[in-house]
Amino acid sequence: MKKGALGALCLLVAAGTASAGTVAPGDVKMDEYGFVPVPLTDQPGDPVNGRKIAGTKSLGNCVSCHVIGEMASDVPFHGEVGPELDGLPGRYPEAMVRGILVNSKNIFEGTVMPAYYKVDGFNRIADGFTTKPLEGEIEPLLSAQQIEDVVAYLMTLKD
Amino acid sequence: GIAAGAAIAGPDDELVINGEIRIVTRTEAPAHLEGVLDEIRSGWTFRTEETQALEMDDFENPGMVFVEEAMSVWDTAEGTAGKACADCHGTAEESMLGVKAVYPKWNETAGEVRTIEQMINECRTDRMGAQEWKYHGLDMTQMVALIASVSRGMPVNVAIDGPAAETWEKGKEIYYTRFGQLDLSCANCHEENYDNYIRADHLSQGQVNGFPTYRLKNAKLNALHDRFKGCIRDTRGVPFGIGSPEFVALELYVASRGNGLSVEGPSVRN
Ligand code: HEC
Ligand code: HEC
Ligand code: HEC
Repeated sequence: MKKGALGALCLLVAAGTASAGTVAPGDVKMDEYGFVPVPLTDQPGDPVNGRKIAGTKSLGNCVSCHVIGEMASDVPFHGEVGPELDGLPGRYPEAMVRGILVNSKNIFEGTVMPAYYKVDGFNRIADGFTTKPLEGEIEPLLSAQQIEDVVAYLMTLKD
Repeated sequence: GIAAGAAIAGPDDELVINGEIRIVTRTEAPAHLEGVLDEIRSGWTFRTEETQALEMDDFENPGMVFVEEAMSVWDTAEGTAGKACADCHGTAEESMLGVKAVYPKWNETAGEVRTIEQMINECRTDRMGAQEWKYHGLDMTQMVALIASVSRGMPVNVAIDGPAAETWEKGKEIYYTRFGQLDLSCANCHEENYDNYIRADHLSQGQVNGFPTYRLKNAKLNALHDRFKGCIRDTRGVPFGIGSPEFVALELYVASRGNGLSVEGPSVRN
């Protein structure tokens, strides 16, 4: 698949697991800082769904490592491995937040935070939590639309 | 760095079993961890007071029931040679004193590092003419618990030099390798994040001095390699096999990170 200067066009012709209007994991355009300015889909992110993804164990499970103050009342047990996400839009631009979700290691070198939109470079990857080797293609941890939904939610976390 | 041991220990850092066996649960890290960790801590120090209390008295420790079981197996003849462990080893209290503290250990005859489980199975097949036990089955794990229990309070002191050095290096490499789609190494959780919560779990240093562990969560006695397997599974990775050379090497390396803590098994965890 084509990359680089033609990236924007590729949005419309992306093949493989990605549907029309969706950037495949291998085609995400990022700048030298690991920021991803262009949304991964042509559908605006849905912050309500993004909230659900961030707080649900089988989805993003972001709260396993991050405190999100606004969720304290309905989602128990927030972790403390990563920083609190409250006030995030005051600190970081949206392109950076999207970049962190796609592959946090581009922005925070050596971080423990998983890459949510990446499908290569893994070691002994299993089929989910089964301990059995994965057969077939690697799906990213979240879909392009789910990433956009989480980004939209995070951008609501103003102080 | 933080000074070691008793000087900084608070009330819930004191583990004395049955009012007599003193367990070192925090101490200065071994030399090979210089620049990595100042202090090493038993998993016991990360548990709630209620869970901690269960380990202070053998009548409260659910793991000790399995030790009792293993004691009768120890005296029971099995296999074509018609022998029991006791026929060759005498009492476990005497013959196994100090064994848990130094395993895994280089075995000259085998020409490799061996775990206690492997030694037991060698005795069963080669010396007793009995069936080998499943590596992490209950028969095996409770026998390991008995062997651990007689060394409680003794400092862990596995050898990492000499012929064991190569295996130790291999274990170290595994410890720092990221696995699975979550791309996490043992160190990511147990070195960089111990004492932090990951969801509802209070991360410990992942020390192995307390194995086998009785876990309240699954209400059974847990073998060490089963724990390794579970931790790699949680990274969405494919674990190495139970009893595999990789897990034996990892066991040696992780055990060496606890050199100086006391043997504590069977311990109680959540
Ligand atoms: C296994 C732990 C873990 C998980 C799961 C995790 N993160 Fe992170 N995250 C971190 C850590 C650690 C950092 C700090 C970066 C570093 O290493 O310096 C971080 C940083 C961030 C930051 C930057 C915050 C700041 O103020 O610098 C954002 C935004 C973020 N994570 C969002 C998320 C979202 C959204 C999810 C879920 C979809 C998530 N994280 C899941 C561990 C995690
Ligand atoms: C017929 C004799 C015999 C019987 C029966 C026997 N063992 Fe052994 N055992 C040995 C010998 C000999 C060694 C030393 C082997 C070596 O060092 O390579 C040994 C070593 C061990 C070790 C390693 C101890 C150390 O100090 O390194 C353990 C643990 C052990 N046996 C447990 C058991 C258990 C448990 C049983 C019963 C299920 C058992 N053995 C039955 C002869 C026996
Ligand atoms: C995603 C985080 C994570 C990773 C990666 C991880 N563990 Fe764990 N581990 C845990 C949690 C959570 C527990 C239970 C609470 C505790 O004792 O830390 C645990 C417990 C343990 C224990 C039991 C400690 C005790 O006192 O009972 C050992 C031993 C252990 N881990 C070793 C390892 C090893 C070795 C690796 C790498 C192969 C590893 N862990 C990777 C999260 C992790």
